Amino acid sequence: MKKDTFIISSKKFNSRLIVGTGKYKNFLECSKAIKASGANIVTVAVRRVNISDKKKPVLMDYIDPKKITYLPNTAGCFSSEEALRTLRLAREIGGWRLVKLEVLGDKKSLLPDMIETLKSTEVLSKEGFKVMVYCNDDPLMAKRLENVGAVAIMPLAAPIGSGLGIQNYTNIKIIRKQTKLPLIIDAGIGEASDATIAMELGCDGVLVNTAIAQAKKPLEMAIAMKYAVIAGRKSYLSGRIKKSLTGFASTTKKGII
Amino acid sequence: MKKVKKIKINLNGIPLFLPKGTSVYKVIKKNNLYLNKIAIELNKEIINKKKIKKILLKNKDKIEIVHFIGGG
Repeated sequence: MKKDTFIISSKKFNSRLIVGTGKYKNFLECSKAIKASGANIVTVAVRRVNISDKKKPVLMDYIDPKKITYLPNTAGCFSSEEALRTLRLAREIGGWRLVKLEVLGDKKSLLPDMIETLKSTEVLSKEGFKVMVYCNDDPLMAKRLENVGAVAIMPLAAPIGSGLGIQNYTNIKIIRKQTKLPLIIDAGIGEASDATIAMELGCDGVLVNTAIAQAKKPLEMAIAMKYAVIAGRKSYLSGRIKKSLTGFASTTKKGII
Repeated sequence: MKKVKKIKINLNGIPLFLPKGTSVYKVIKKNNLYLNKIAIELNKEIINKKKIKKILLKNKDKIEIVHFIGGG
């Protein structure tokens, strides 16, 4: 069997689970959860350095960017301008080009503003960024993002942090069919089975933050997510049986007494 | 003794008084920051970290120093 590799912008990764680094109790718990999840990529945000408290621990002291791929994101950006500024700064920190773009449009639902997202994707791609794009589960918009240079399509399962799981199976399947780019479910995962379903729909990966970080036992949930993604991927590649309304006995009638 | 002229700058939203002629490099060192962990903006423009010894601050300059934090 051909080796099943996960490639984003010509870079190979072992794990198809990407995890966020926000909302943990502390950096130690975060780094332990990352290890337990087996993830090779973690999302990170760009914020002001705390000038008044210089002794405060920083992320890089706990998660080594030489061992784990940092994926800078634009969390909290509500315009193209803010998102571009954030990612240009992220690149300046240490040459990061592989980035996750998210431009939000609504403070309550945190749904993406796809017009601003599309604009930003085009600008960033032209500037040499490899842009993984958080987007709505809209096949037409996914196509447009691909046309302007996105390196990965990251549709939401449901609103960020909602834990609702995949809402629109059909659209995810349509996007899967139309694109050869890595398709990664980003946002809305609540439990391990949601991650499995995403993979069974044919997604290449899943990004999880809140579902692990805010679980009662984050380390245990990190392990659950790791195996859920592996299970879903294997299930997808194994070729499931046809669905039927008729029953088919698993045991032969031959030799029946 | 000649009195050193002071300038008022803004560092990450906090007003700061510094002697005239202070370099960006000096501000970074004073705050115990590691250059490989940060990016610096001066008046909304990203500045090259290699050149910060030569960049001297002026009155009303605004510096933003950012780094990576946990995020989803």
